[in-house]
Amino acid sequence: MLSKVFATIAVVITGGLLLYGVYDFPSFGDPNSPPNAGVEGGADSVSQYFITQTYNDSKVPNIVTAVLADYRGYDTMFETVVVFAAGIAIFCIMRSLGNANDPAREKDEIHSFTHGDHNRIIIGTTCRIVVPIVQIFALYVIAHGHYSPGGGFQGGVLLGASFILLALSSDLNAALKRLSEKNYFALAAIGVLIYAGFGLVAQFLGANFLEYGVLQPILFTDGPEMARSHSMLGVEIGVAFTVMAIMFSIYANLSTRGTLKNGL
Amino acid sequence: MIFTFDFIILIFMVVAAIIALNVKDLLSASMIFGIYGFLICLLWAEMGAVDVAFTEAAVGAGVSAVLFIATVFNTNRKSSD
Repeated sequence: MLSKVFATIAVVITGGLLLYGVYDFPSFGDPNSPPNAGVEGGADSVSQYFITQTYNDSKVPNIVTAVLADYRGYDTMFETVVVFAAGIAIFCIMRSLGNANDPAREKDEIHSFTHGDHNRIIIGTTCRIVVPIVQIFALYVIAHGHYSPGGGFQGGVLLGASFILLALSSDLNAALKRLSEKNYFALAAIGVLIYAGFGLVAQFLGANFLEYGVLQPILFTDGPEMARSHSMLGVEIGVAFTVMAIMFSIYANLSTRGTLKNGL
Repeated sequence: MIFTFDFIILIFMVVAAIIALNVKDLLSASMIFGIYGFLICLLWAEMGAVDVAFTEAAVGAGVSAVLFIATVFNTNRKSSD
């Protein structure tokens, strides 16, 4: 009880400090705030550069994707690595737990809840119709990420969710038959490799790491701008591979305590 | 930015957060946490950050709720405090 009181006090103080910090922010959409107008006598405005120059630099209409995949390419690459590392960590923890606890585990409760025969036809049929639609939408989100909201992370999550839906509607084995453990970890590593590969190839061609403009002779594009646009798409595909594989691996390991048998 | 809309969503968010913390049944708590994620997604979409809203809808409201439910089925349904 005492610990709860202390926790409440700590939460209230932290929340108060955060709200106090928010009070110093410029108001929403303020044209004179430093990110929009630049610092007087100092740096120029970053937002203004992105808004006016992104299309000239890379022919990408969606500025958010251009910032994520090109101007802040390092950031996104290591975000992908973080997702990959999180998946590996959960895999390692759950796998050692699963082997230790397997004989003592009671499976009946889980089965009676999800695997009643009477609702399997409706759920199974619905999911069989929905899964391909989700996957096509996910591919659209990835491929169209630099024109409309979306990109590798969102599309990858949608692809992973479609496999999770398959596992939920029938059982985990049905999903593992289509995307086995060996394959999804290979895909996760390949995704990070694609991303880093774009950077390395740019480096071999004499530019900085992840400077896509020099990839123009490899990608057969009209100019360095289109090379940057296409490289962003390639990088997004790498991100999507990793996120899809890791999302499914996290679900498979969490729902079965790492045994990959008799999941939800 | 529409103030009334923001205000209503924020009130719902606070209510959802408090309920998710206080509910004893962990399955309900994870469902309500999904609702909380969806409300944040609405807020972001309304403020013009569509990319972030999309990510939140897919990750926060969708997959993380499923991951929580998958975990709840391997632990006790009831919260101990």
